[in-house]
Amino acid sequence: MHIDPAKVDAIIQRHGRKREHLIAMLLECQEEFTHLPEPVLQRVSEQVEVPLPSVLGIATFFRAFSLKPVGRYPAHICMGTACHVKGAPRLLEAFERELKILRGQTTDDLLFSINTVNCLGCCGLAPAVTVGKDVHGKLKQADVPRILKKYRPKEA
Amino acid sequence: MPRITIEDLKKIKEEARQKMTLRSGDARARVVVHMSTCGIAAGAREVLDAFLRDAEARHLTDLLVTTSSCAGLCSREPMATVEIAGQAPVKYVDLDPAKAGRIVAEHILGGAVVREFALAAGSETAS
Amino acid sequence: MAYRAHCLICTGTGCVAGGSFNLRKTLEAEIAKRGLDREIQVITTGCQGFCAEGPIMIVQPDGVFYCRVEERDVPAIVEEHLLKGRPVKKLLYTPPTEKAPIPALKDIPFFAKQKLIVLRNRGLIDPDRIEDYIAVDGYTALGKALTQMTPEGIVLEIKRSGLRGRGGGGFPAGIKWETCRHAGQVRGVAPVVICNADEGDPGAFMDRSIIESDPHSVVEGMIIAARGIGASEGFVYIRHEYPLARQRLQLALDHAREFGLLGKNILGAGMDFDIEIREGAGAFVCGESTALMASLEGKLGEPRAKYIHTVEHGYQDRPSNLNNVETYANVPLIILRGADWFASMGTGDVKENPWNGSSGTKVFSLVGKINNTGLIEVPMGISLREIIFDIGGGIPKGRKFKAVQTGGPSGGCLPEEKLDMAVDFDSLTEAGSMMGSGGMIVMDEQTCMVDVARYFIAFLTEESCGKCTPCREGLKTMLDVLTRIGDGKGRMEDLGLLEEMGAVMQDCCLCALGTSAPNPVLSTLQYFRHEYEAHIRDKKCPGGVCKELITYGIDPAKCDGCHACVRACSTAAIMGEVKKVHTLDVHKCIKCGACIEVCRRDAITRT
Repeated sequence: MHIDPAKVDAIIQRHGRKREHLIAMLLECQEEFTHLPEPVLQRVSEQVEVPLPSVLGIATFFRAFSLKPVGRYPAHICMGTACHVKGAPRLLEAFERELKILRGQTTDDLLFSINTVNCLGCCGLAPAVTVGKDVHGKLKQADVPRILKKYRPKEA
Repeated sequence: MPRITIEDLKKIKEEARQKMTLRSGDARARVVVHMSTCGIAAGAREVLDAFLRDAEARHLTDLLVTTSSCAGLCSREPMATVEIAGQAPVKYVDLDPAKAGRIVAEHILGGAVVREFALAAGSETAS
Repeated sequence: MAYRAHCLICTGTGCVAGGSFNLRKTLEAEIAKRGLDREIQVITTGCQGFCAEGPIMIVQPDGVFYCRVEERDVPAIVEEHLLKGRPVKKLLYTPPTEKAPIPALKDIPFFAKQKLIVLRNRGLIDPDRIEDYIAVDGYTALGKALTQMTPEGIVLEIKRSGLRGRGGGGFPAGIKWETCRHAGQVRGVAPVVICNADEGDPGAFMDRSIIESDPHSVVEGMIIAARGIGASEGFVYIRHEYPLARQRLQLALDHAREFGLLGKNILGAGMDFDIEIREGAGAFVCGESTALMASLEGKLGEPRAKYIHTVEHGYQDRPSNLNNVETYANVPLIILRGADWFASMGTGDVKENPWNGSSGTKVFSLVGKINNTGLIEVPMGISLREIIFDIGGGIPKGRKFKAVQTGGPSGGCLPEEKLDMAVDFDSLTEAGSMMGSGGMIVMDEQTCMVDVARYFIAFLTEESCGKCTPCREGLKTMLDVLTRIGDGKGRMEDLGLLEEMGAVMQDCCLCALGTSAPNPVLSTLQYFRHEYEAHIRDKKCPGGVCKELITYGIDPAKCDGCHACVRACSTAAIMGEVKKVHTLDVHKCIKCGACIEVCRRDAITRT
């Protein structure tokens, strides 16, 4: 993947190169590039003057960051307590069966990836899942194929 | 806006308070769609759009459609509160765009509360 | 050409007997008379099935349903509805069960037992408009604090109100403010005010909802705190998973700045203060004050030992006052109405010593196996039973209550015997759980308590920062043991091992994440030991959750052969002809439970 260093620099600039804003910069970089590839971390390290291992430390410590590319429509299965007691673990398995990948993996066509999230704060809709930016609530396993179909390209 | 003093604050409060209470003459009715993360996930945005579309299609220039936050009863989202001048506000639950259309037709224009999805009348008050 | 509306008149036998053909003629004539015949079409339909209330007429696209329509009603329908768009009220259908007036909000138990202080403006004001907040007395408390009170007076008022931190431990806010103010003066270093909005407990969303409903109440609370403590800089540390809350908060800060409620010389009273938003990136341990402040500085969110408190040496080594969203949102009303008013609600007499009780209200997210899922605010001291059965409306599908979990991963599970317990900081801790930030997850007889304990320990194992050994290794060992028990390979000695491990962690871990981590295990062992024993001794899971210990089957007495489970089963383990009792092949079954979710007759068994 091509990384335009100017885009990274613009983000760093917006935050005044401040160390305190390191997490915010990395979040914005991740938004821009969908994940945090090495050249991005390298650039941030140089520009903010924080050693690369420290930047890498942050990028691996917090759950929001990913060093690997994720799918265009990442599916986040909520693992909050309310979702758990309403069957979230079985729902996760249904997504894994349907996409034939495991949690933390991305499909070969880079369309979907599966991850869990601690709580989406939509406990009233338990069990809940986000696909891309959409929240889907009160799900049954049988709903999974229909939901994923919405994001798949229409067959010609 | 210039920086305000405590006296200005009082003035703003009086003006804003008058705008908040619905009096006959100002507007026929006000619809408040409850929009927080969970409400939006349950479809509140589509409900809001339906109210706006309906108000426009029927040329209801005196119907105020606004948004506020979560009303607390997540399991019955999307929710909306309908207030007609001089009457207790009515809370509607489990809404969708079609139900929004019926609320406009029957309650706001017809004056009859749509009982099938009306939860209750009145407002929550702080104590 | 397209018509703008259609009137559908029912011409089923019942309605025809009631005169619907004459109705049609009259209606068409009236429409023509008004020159609407190119816009509105009258159509006759077959029976609508509601003969008792006929003749029936439906106006589309409005979907308005008229009943007992007579010819003499026609002019009104055309004039009012078709021409002016106002449905005719007296002809609208009212179901007999709903003939009574619709209930008042205050008569509905969900709302009746709540007491709104923090959530006083929810659903009432537009959170994006500062004028709306000002209209409901917003920033009046700030005006009072700046003109009629000294900074010491503000701190004293909060202390006397008994307000305790709503984010976890329940430390009295007034004492914290006092210590922070003092540290700033002694050291000659300006303190900072920090708001924790990094709500990490799974099953809890109070803080998100408060910010989304009423962001200015948090901003005002922080400004008042800053005045009391002597701070000129503030931060809100917010979860990045809450984009809408962040957006509303940012807008609130921008508006407050525009109005001169933040920045230099606030309200012309000579106070300088501003607030900046900093995003968290998902780390449960950042609920711990030292970890949160490290993260605010752009470092790893790892806690340090707290023999030096952050209230004296926190963010950038400055005295730092950390409270959560709900705590700050309480502040404006306490200042406005006084400490006595606040202290009069709740339990204990807190005016002399805030540790003596729990004053005010608490916001809970009431979720899980409960009919009315929601965000509620109740006075301290209310019973769990009132919350679950009155406000929450009880357990769905008539199932039996098993437990309620409070306090997030640091809390515990309380059984039926504890339902009449008063909900306050000290009673919950005494019962082996805690208040925490206010998640309240209800569990029914189909929840397995071993699975719940395993769930929380798995959560904490992932979220432990790994810095101290008892937490890192203790959690991993506990997870191994719990997984073994859930798989039916547990030994009775395991229960003693879990208790021993729990005691070590409570004594030795570096931060509160570790010392409270054993709570979900210890509380379930205390109240639900029989479930652990059933897993180990009888190789049974009473809740029907642990896969290794259950077998799926079909109850022939209940199955009506609807085929829904056959369609849902991804491994073709269920067979049978439509309308005949189905059978399940246990060798093909992967125990995914998809069949249970679709079965309408509760015919799938787990034994």
